[in-house]
Amino acid sequence: MHARAHCALTEAPAMQSFSGLTLLLRGLTGQRGWTAQWRSPEPRAEYDALIVGGGGHGLGAAYYLASEHRLTNIAVLEKGWIGGGNTGRNTTIIRSNYLWDESAALYEHALKIWEDLAQALNYNLMFSQRGVLMLAHTVHDAQVFKRHVHANRANGIDNEWITPEQAKAFCPPLNIENIRYPVLGAALQRRGGTARHDAVAWGYARAADALGVDIIENCEVTGIRRDDNGAVAAVETTRGTIRARRVGVAAAGHTSVIMRMAGVELPLESYPLQALVSEPVKPIFPCVVMSNTIHAYISQSDKGELVIGAGTDAYTSYTQRGGLHITSHALEAICELFPMFRRLRMLRNWGGIVDVTPDRSPIIGLTPVPGLYVNCGWGTGGFKATPGSAHVFAWTIARGEPHPINAPFTLERFRDGRLIDEAAAAAVAH
Amino acid sequence: MLLIECPYCGERPEPEFQYGGQAHVARPRDPAAVSTQEWADYLYRRDNTRGVHAERWRHTHGCGRFFNALRDTRTDHFLATYRVGEAPPAPAPAVPR
Repeated sequence: MHARAHCALTEAPAMQSFSGLTLLLRGLTGQRGWTAQWRSPEPRAEYDALIVGGGGHGLGAAYYLASEHRLTNIAVLEKGWIGGGNTGRNTTIIRSNYLWDESAALYEHALKIWEDLAQALNYNLMFSQRGVLMLAHTVHDAQVFKRHVHANRANGIDNEWITPEQAKAFCPPLNIENIRYPVLGAALQRRGGTARHDAVAWGYARAADALGVDIIENCEVTGIRRDDNGAVAAVETTRGTIRARRVGVAAAGHTSVIMRMAGVELPLESYPLQALVSEPVKPIFPCVVMSNTIHAYISQSDKGELVIGAGTDAYTSYTQRGGLHITSHALEAICELFPMFRRLRMLRNWGGIVDVTPDRSPIIGLTPVPGLYVNCGWGTGGFKATPGSAHVFAWTIARGEPHPINAPFTLERFRDGRLIDEAAAAAVAH
Repeated sequence: MLLIECPYCGERPEPEFQYGGQAHVARPRDPAAVSTQEWADYLYRRDNTRGVHAERWRHTHGCGRFFNALRDTRTDHFLATYRVGEAPPAPAPAVPR
């Protein structure tokens, strides 16, 4: 390990600002002069706080710990490369149209942060509030979505019920004429949309690094040490033992594995969630469309690829892959909804590991182990919440108590019967 | 997709089956006598094993029977399937219930 006096890279350099002018100047001078967006320091022997998990939620939490709570002697430990887990594998959808007050507050908190995040991080997140259409195909769907619309509007969140013709006008590729499960209408959240998933991880990493946060990749946590009072004392990793009194775990599908190291058992099951993209085509799909009943969701990336996803595979797995029949089922739905895509070639198909709770709502807060905090259970819907989740998780770690927004999302709610049942919110039938 | 060995029918493709969750999760014999934490554990806590996992499957589009399986969730490789009431064959599940 380098002595600190010798290695200038243990000090975070001033963040190199991105702007139209710098892009132009460097473009005209052979792209020289760009500096690394974050350092690769050796882990120190001790930090004030550790975040386990270098995805969007973990990196964001480190950023807010440093920027809002002045905890800069902290590190993010990532077993692989940052953003290489679910952050790099999701279908990029952002919305806040969840039913229950507790959920609406959490996802709307995230959406409000999204709206200014690119400016705050000085990073192009490709955040696009292009609108999210949730289609109703049955009388039940129509009733449920109208209820959602009313609940959202009572919570100050935009959502509106539109006719099939209005849905077609909003999304011209949509088939409302000759479809087995008719489009009876849709709920539209105009402020919903998409963002580039990798960019969120990198943007938070760069900003956190500039504030002094150490980002340690290729560092897998293999144990959690507790002191005589049972409180967190250190983590054991593949790069050595690192002491810390505050440890926040944001490890998504691997949360059960990590938390068991501290003797904490959770109501989580980790399932494969697949997604796929088509070959890039010219801009044709103006918004996000989700169908619970026909079982798929779709949007078009800035690169031109149609990004498609649906539900999880049926069994628990850590393989990051699933069965082709699941993907085929999603594509049948897409072809039914958008007949013009029937000849489109699919380019890439992959899977992630999603940690699912019994009520499909996350667990963000304290654990029975003093100093150990957990942020997990986001299941199939964690990407949209990234900045909000990160923000309240940092608050919780810094203050030792939850922010009002994540206060209902306790581990104890399963014992106490206070479930926040958002099974309908994931936009694909379970 | 997975190829699953039904103990009654032999090897069949995954779409013939329905996943049945973690195996050997015993319902408390007297629900009124256990604590709320124990009841919540029965309902919701699961091993979520990264490794050899004992689980149930049901051959819904075949013989219709439930059976158990040992599958390594790191690879989705099935080590064994066994009938309800039988002991799991060696190796035992990685995390004892």
